[in-house]
Amino acid sequence: MPGHVLSWITFFPLIGAAVLLLIPSGKDRWIKGVATAATLLPLWWAVKLFQRFDRVFDGKHLEQFQFTEGPYLWIKSFNISYFMGVDGISISMVLLTTLVGAVAVVASFGIQKQLKAYFALFLLLETGMLGVFCSLDFFLFYVFWEVMLLPMYFLIGIWGGPRKIYAAIKFFLYTLFGSVFMLLAMLFLYYQAGKTFNMVEIMQASKGLAIGVQTLLWFALYIGFAIKVPAFPFHTWLPDAHVEAPTAISVILAGVLLKMGTYGLLRINFTMLPEATYKFAWFLALIGTINIIYGALCAMAQKDLKKLVAYSSISHMGFVMLGMASLTPQGINGAVLQMFNHGTITSMLFLLVGVVYDRAHHREIEGFGGLANRVPAFTGFTALAFFASLGLPGLSGFIGEILCFMGGFKTFPIYTAISVSGVVLGAAYLLWTFQRVFLGELNTKYETLTDMNVREWVTLVPLAVIVIVLGVWPMPLLDLIQDTLNFLVTHVTPATAIAGF
Amino acid sequence: MALENLSSLRHFGPELWLTASILAAFVGSMVRRLTWLWIPFLALALYSAFTGLSSEATYLFKGMLALDGMTGIFRLFFLLVALLTFILAAKSRELAAVARPEFRGLLLSVVLGMMLMASATNLLMAYLAMEMVSILSYALAASLKGNRRSHEAGLKYVIFGGVASGVMLFGLSILYGLTGSLDFAAIGHALAGGGANPLPLFFAMVLILAGLGFKIAAVPFHMWCPDVYEGAPISVTAFLSVGPKAAGFALLLRLFGGAIFDGGVSPIWPGLIALLSVATMTLGNLSALWQNNLKRLMAYSSIAHAGYLLMGVVLLNTQAMTAIVFYLFAYLLMNFGAFLVIAAIANENGSEEIDGVRGLWKRHPFLAVSMAIFLFSLTGLPPTFGFVGKLYLFAALIESGWFWLAVVGLLNSVISLAYYVRIAKAMLIDEGEEEVAKEKLPLLTGISLGVLAALTLILGVYWEPLRVFAEKTFVIL
Repeated sequence: MPGHVLSWITFFPLIGAAVLLLIPSGKDRWIKGVATAATLLPLWWAVKLFQRFDRVFDGKHLEQFQFTEGPYLWIKSFNISYFMGVDGISISMVLLTTLVGAVAVVASFGIQKQLKAYFALFLLLETGMLGVFCSLDFFLFYVFWEVMLLPMYFLIGIWGGPRKIYAAIKFFLYTLFGSVFMLLAMLFLYYQAGKTFNMVEIMQASKGLAIGVQTLLWFALYIGFAIKVPAFPFHTWLPDAHVEAPTAISVILAGVLLKMGTYGLLRINFTMLPEATYKFAWFLALIGTINIIYGALCAMAQKDLKKLVAYSSISHMGFVMLGMASLTPQGINGAVLQMFNHGTITSMLFLLVGVVYDRAHHREIEGFGGLANRVPAFTGFTALAFFASLGLPGLSGFIGEILCFMGGFKTFPIYTAISVSGVVLGAAYLLWTFQRVFLGELNTKYETLTDMNVREWVTLVPLAVIVIVLGVWPMPLLDLIQDTLNFLVTHVTPATAIAGF
Repeated sequence: MALENLSSLRHFGPELWLTASILAAFVGSMVRRLTWLWIPFLALALYSAFTGLSSEATYLFKGMLALDGMTGIFRLFFLLVALLTFILAAKSRELAAVARPEFRGLLLSVVLGMMLMASATNLLMAYLAMEMVSILSYALAASLKGNRRSHEAGLKYVIFGGVASGVMLFGLSILYGLTGSLDFAAIGHALAGGGANPLPLFFAMVLILAGLGFKIAAVPFHMWCPDVYEGAPISVTAFLSVGPKAAGFALLLRLFGGAIFDGGVSPIWPGLIALLSVATMTLGNLSALWQNNLKRLMAYSSIAHAGYLLMGVVLLNTQAMTAIVFYLFAYLLMNFGAFLVIAAIANENGSEEIDGVRGLWKRHPFLAVSMAIFLFSLTGLPPTFGFVGKLYLFAALIESGWFWLAVVGLLNSVISLAYYVRIAKAMLIDEGEEEVAKEKLPLLTGISLGVLAALTLILGVYWEPLRVFAEKTFVIL
């Protein structure tokens, strides 16, 4: 593991992208090789980081970050510094990003058009995402956040489906709209904290802000993050973007990008504006509940397999919001666990949709039927992913959801009671879909359908292993996050409220 | 302390060398072998502008001009504008029909006028400089001989410009009547006591603002802008969208910042400018959404940028003024960069429409990528210099509590994304319909594009030296 490991993890994909530009266009093998290496090495470092991360958190300082770099003064007149570091929340997200990134590169090997540009943009995207999770300087955070938009726009816009342009521009405009409010809140906090972008210093300085000001800032930031989550009613870009994006990009979108929204809420809203967070927890819970039920109902109505998975993401991100809103140790731990697990599960789902789309060239649920006998391996993986997604005990989706609910019941019993029905709805649409696609009589069109190839096995097996292992034994992940999060809970909850429990 | 005429000349180097360059350009029109003669003089002017930066702040020519950090920075700015315009014009096919020596002479004269505008501290001087810029700009806009659109552009410019100039002159004379002086500093003193009747003063200011609003193409004085920009040759359009606009802002800062603002203006004044800025950027951006002609689109986009800059004029404190200067430099880089690309494409296939850039990625990846950088910089996305320019403006607004204005400004940059990205989409995503004969990019264009694009990115990540430079030199008398 090199020194400045977080910088290496963040910028290594970018270096890879630069190397790619030097390779002549025709050399596809070289291009794929470099792209794979540029994502595998950060994954390796992230695993090392995971091993060496000090899991014991003394609980005295919120700002106990590890592997910190800096702050190195970067722009003196604005007091911007280069400052990286991870705590339990961000390290789990770094792990997820590097893992999904590596998987998505392999999943992209089938891309035909302009391979070099595709991978260069992909790697730039990965740098942006990793940078967001590692930054401890608000300005740096914002720059990475915005940097990610451009490659995403082109990845959807150039390599996407028939309505790609519309989807790409919608995604771009929505997210820019959100980040504009984030910029405003950021600048305001900058002046409030005595002209600093250092997140740790802002956390300490912003505590005394009047509740009215906090509320305004909280909602400005909320808009920025909620669009990424995506929280109702800002969710409409997501189905479009997902359906039009190429498989690997859908994987990145659902697997990592959505988590940036909830991560931002935890990292910025919760720590910098604790009073407002406590005051508006009910609002988060309400939106979470709407997301769960509304997303599930929409998913049920979909005819397109990919759209169904997209709406199920909206529903599942609702669990995360509900867990966070509960402000209890279980709930918040469940939320971060769910962020990670949803990342792996939904990546599997999108990969599987990609598998079937590559062969059948359509995604209409009704167009299939009886595939189970024809493609057993594919059926097996899909069953696993579906069951994990609907929260079957023993698979990783379960533990996150149950913790979210346990936390939720303490604080918001009614919202949680309603939300639980989302699980039933989830089971309903997933099982129904499974039945329509895999069971029954084989559609004669698909008698020659081939089962999964090596590349697809390579992408799905690691994810499946993680889903099963974390389902049975979630401790490695819980260990990593819980001390950080438990402290976050006490940070947000006022002393008077704790006494009441 | 104001220097006497003769001793002033010592500090008047850039302007003198520029004048020499103008004369050399006209000599070049008579003696064929000397067409290059103006170039060394322009270089000397640039050199002299650099060395003059460190000179002490004072008044020149018995108080007609200021020699301060702002003068120094704007001198450099305008000479850079001239340089970039010449690079743009060098390979232009459009301009082949134009008598080049005259074109050069005219352009350099406008630059001289702009430099005087930025340093004027006397109403008479300011008005003369402004007229010098205006009248010569009309001629530049109409410089494509035999081209109807170009002539129409010139005519529109003259008519609108004439009215604006008259209105402004009326405002200036009221101001003179109220204070009994033409000198900015003296006007400031006279107004400081609050002795002037507020109503005529306000009236005078509105009239002056109308004249300057025309120069910077602020709504509702922007009508001429799209037509003129569309009709003029591309290099002139690029020049007009940066040069006279910046000069207008410079004069605005000097007049309202230095002279009038000190005198405790009417409390509704900042609100009025804020409204003007909101109208300008919103209308500019919304109109740009529907344009298919690149030059027209850039015209509306330049209106929108004037709106952003006006947000700085609302505050008129040192921080906001520095932000304006910073933003102008960012705008110089990205706007000229974009026009270099537009000119290169127009040279190749004669098209100035968005459709003309379709599939550019296949033909000229370098052009397409650098254009994308300029476009995203114009939108104000990090990590580009355009973002930094906006950052300073918005930071200044937020520090002074103008939240609503900052919100409107930021929302406007979201709107602007929609049309900038339309161009990016046409270049990078759309397929070109028919095969256009690919032409080799002239070396000069290629190098300048590379430099501009690199600067846009580098200054977007690390701009500290420039900031330090600006802070150290930016002094207003």
